[in-house]
Amino acid sequence: MARAITTNRKIINTAFAWAIGMLIFFPILWTVLTSFKTEAQAISSPPVFIFFDWTLENYAVVQERSNYMLFLWNSVIIAGGSTLLGIIIAVPAAWSMAFVPSKRTKDILLWMLSTKMLPAVGVLYPMYLIFIELGLLDTRIGLVVVLMLINLPIIIWMLYTYFKEIPGEILEAARMDGASLGKEIIYVLTPMAIPGIASTILLNFILAWNEAFWTLNLTAAKAAPLTAFIASYSSPEGLFYAKLSAASTMAIAPILILGWFSQKQLVRGLTFGAVK
Amino acid sequence: MGRIVLEQVTKKFGDVEVIPPLDLTIQDGEFTVFVGPSGCGKSTLLRLIAGLEDVSSGSIQIDGKAATDMAPSKRGLAMVFQSYALYPHMSVRKNIAFPLRMAKMDPAEIAKKVEGAAAVLNLTDYLERRPGQLSGGQRQRVAIGRAIVREPSAFLFDEPLSNLDAALRVGMRMEISELHTKLATTMVYVTHDQVEAMTMADKIVVLRAGNIEQVGTPLELYRAPRNTFVAGFIGSPKMNLIEGAEAAKHNVNTIGVRPEHIDVVESGGLWEGTVGVAEHLGSDTFFHINNTGLTDTITVRAQGEVNLRHGDPIHLTPRAEEIHRFGTDGLRIA
Repeated sequence: MARAITTNRKIINTAFAWAIGMLIFFPILWTVLTSFKTEAQAISSPPVFIFFDWTLENYAVVQERSNYMLFLWNSVIIAGGSTLLGIIIAVPAAWSMAFVPSKRTKDILLWMLSTKMLPAVGVLYPMYLIFIELGLLDTRIGLVVVLMLINLPIIIWMLYTYFKEIPGEILEAARMDGASLGKEIIYVLTPMAIPGIASTILLNFILAWNEAFWTLNLTAAKAAPLTAFIASYSSPEGLFYAKLSAASTMAIAPILILGWFSQKQLVRGLTFGAVK
Repeated sequence: MGRIVLEQVTKKFGDVEVIPPLDLTIQDGEFTVFVGPSGCGKSTLLRLIAGLEDVSSGSIQIDGKAATDMAPSKRGLAMVFQSYALYPHMSVRKNIAFPLRMAKMDPAEIAKKVEGAAAVLNLTDYLERRPGQLSGGQRQRVAIGRAIVREPSAFLFDEPLSNLDAALRVGMRMEISELHTKLATTMVYVTHDQVEAMTMADKIVVLRAGNIEQVGTPLELYRAPRNTFVAGFIGSPKMNLIEGAEAAKHNVNTIGVRPEHIDVVESGGLWEGTVGVAEHLGSDTFFHINNTGLTDTITVRAQGEVNLRHGDPIHLTPRAEEIHRFGTDGLRIA
């Protein structure tokens, strides 16, 4: 039954939703605004909102002082590499769990998820020692592997739920129609699962891009991604809010733009199968 | 061509034996129907033939070749599923062409065959549509089209009509029968609907709990059911099965009389009772009769319109030559 909503009610709801939205978005907006202020304006009290002398000086200084492109490139490699590697491992895993489940499949899925409940700092020491032992400290490949492992349970869970939505009879029909296992995956399963696979890739790319704990602890200079780039502006020479904001803006811009353009895909993928 | 032979085939799921050792031969060109109540193993049996399930023991031959360990794609069979199982991301044309593409057939020839199948099945106007834009009957036709283009040695149908409404079902039933006449290819058809079995089959295989209860033509099963289960399952309305004193008169444990073999008489019938429910169909009248002292309800099918209502007394006479006799083990006694 459709519920009647009065116009007044609609206005209140809309205003409330916008208020919450602005509350969440405000820190990001403030960071972006601050990045265009001078250091003096950045800490002025009362704070200035829009009416200040807009300047690109902070960006120039940040650009001059550190190699943004190196950090960006590291972020792309680490986030992209870990997502790709994760997908390659997760597709067959989710496939077998969804289509040839055993008695223990449910247990394995829950156990995988439970590893996400462990506080990361709990395994920092062993991980650090392993990294030293294997010579992986401050290497991209080391971070690719670690971030892949961290996100793997989520990737498998997401793909598993998408695959579960695909009726087994359609795959059986492909088998009857003469398709080998490979062709069945290429021509039937993958096209049907594309929305799910795409949103899994997107979400995990974003998760890996934003990951800070491991990237800060296991890198120094060579493999440091944008999270380390931001962190490097937060302390050593005292607090320079404007420059810190400029660095932050530069770090979050790529992922924000990616998220903006893919939001439809993300929402569609995350609600896939919820409504038939 | 499409001769299918099962020898001592069994299937277990874990510790549960769904199909006990079973032998069955399906002759080339025959329309065979597996029928039985739900859970009797008829779909499992079909899936064993298709190769979608592996046999636990025993062997399967198709076209004289050992097929027991063959992948489904290599068996040369086509299957039509209850859910249609069309590829939702492909157009009707691509759906029908899929098995030919998998067989790496020349594209020009594929196009010709798809057009041909579409013409036979009245799908020509829908070739560019997606399955989601079709009605249930059209989807079923696409599934059949996908099966016929590859010219299989046998067709397997797994309850293909159960998702259709009653009117459409009768139409599709006839279309499938016509298709069988035209193609003369072996067809194996699974259904729980004994009317479908009776109307379409050359040969009916009645299954219960994985066991074959009887194999025969529809009329053989109707005239001489091998046991009480087949007697009760084949025929609509169901055969009346009567035990006790009335059966003892015939020196057996159980007698069976079909509703159409009991005559309603004015007076002095062999049996009498009161009308419980009367179903007036115009062409026939079905009476469900209580208080006969024989069994809970006796069903009678009278021809045409018989003007008796709920609560009316009724006199009946079964036709002596149409009484089936069954022994204590439920088996038919000739």
